[in-house]
Amino acid sequence: MHELGIVFYIIRDVKEAAREHGVEHVNAVVMNIGEVSTVVPEYLTDCWRWAADKEELLKGCALKVNIIPAVTRCDGCGAEYGTVAHGKTCPVCGSDQTWLLRGNEVEIKEIEV
Amino acid sequence: MDPVKVIEIKKSVFADNDRDADLLRKELKERGVYLLNLMSSPGSGKTTTLIQLINRIKDKVRVAVMEADIDSDVDAVKIKEATGIQSIQLHTGGMCHLDAEMTRQGLGGLDLKETDLVILENVGNLVCPAEFDTGSCRNMMILSVPEGEDKPLKYPLMFSVCDLVVINKIDVLPYFDFDMDKCRQYIKMRNPAAEVIPICAKSGEGIDALAGWVLRELENWKH
Repeated sequence: MHELGIVFYIIRDVKEAAREHGVEHVNAVVMNIGEVSTVVPEYLTDCWRWAADKEELLKGCALKVNIIPAVTRCDGCGAEYGTVAHGKTCPVCGSDQTWLLRGNEVEIKEIEV
Repeated sequence: MDPVKVIEIKKSVFADNDRDADLLRKELKERGVYLLNLMSSPGSGKTTTLIQLINRIKDKVRVAVMEADIDSDVDAVKIKEATGIQSIQLHTGGMCHLDAEMTRQGLGGLDLKETDLVILENVGNLVCPAEFDTGSCRNMMILSVPEGEDKPLKYPLMFSVCDLVVINKIDVLPYFDFDMDKCRQYIKMRNPAAEVIPICAKSGEGIDALAGWVLRELENWKH
């Protein structure tokens, strides 16, 4: 439900980057979205279409999403495992002293102009 | 056709807000205004808890409230009528959370010279408000008994950003399968540093402990 707000942040950052580089039209924005970032890629692209087409700079501009798989690291045994499959508890040693290594990204990777 | 040119950006979408929030925190520190961000689900009893809390501390500190909702001003009016303190309503215009810039605009509507403590009642939602730093000094959240003890498992980020978790509506504990010990354990899993205070906003039970936490945090922040 927060995807529209995130789209507004993306548009603001892309506009700024376009201004810095003297770009008049952006063809695509490439995002890195972590698997457990709480952003739903389908909602993000839907909101993007609606909001981007209102901007001259971004008319027809595609939003491409790279999904970054979530990985958790266990401080108990040093294992690294898939967060979505196993959650907070380490599947190797059962410890809950674990932390998210990656998978929380909501990041603009690059723009294509 | 021109070849596609790629410009690398590699920037978190939240980076600008995090920077704004840090700046706002610094400015508030210089002005001596403490900002407390209150989050929860809709209907957990935020406004009722605030009224109890404010009436308990308003003789000791000058409190103001900013109510954030998508629409209406019922909460701001209710707070003003029940406590007599400065209270304003912010409309997020459909957005599900407040960010640091919106918080700054809201603070502009308060008389900060006459204020020691601003409580921001964020939009009722356990997802989005946790992701956007408002510039607050501390975050607290209210979990009410009917919502269930499993919420720290389902909404981990909310519980990991909160310094205090208030468990409200403990008067209805006999009617719900809410396991208080399990709830405390789940909260600690998400955030070992979080304090937990059970209350009943309706009867006032536990409000002294809550008021004590707020006043203590405010005092620690000053020094």
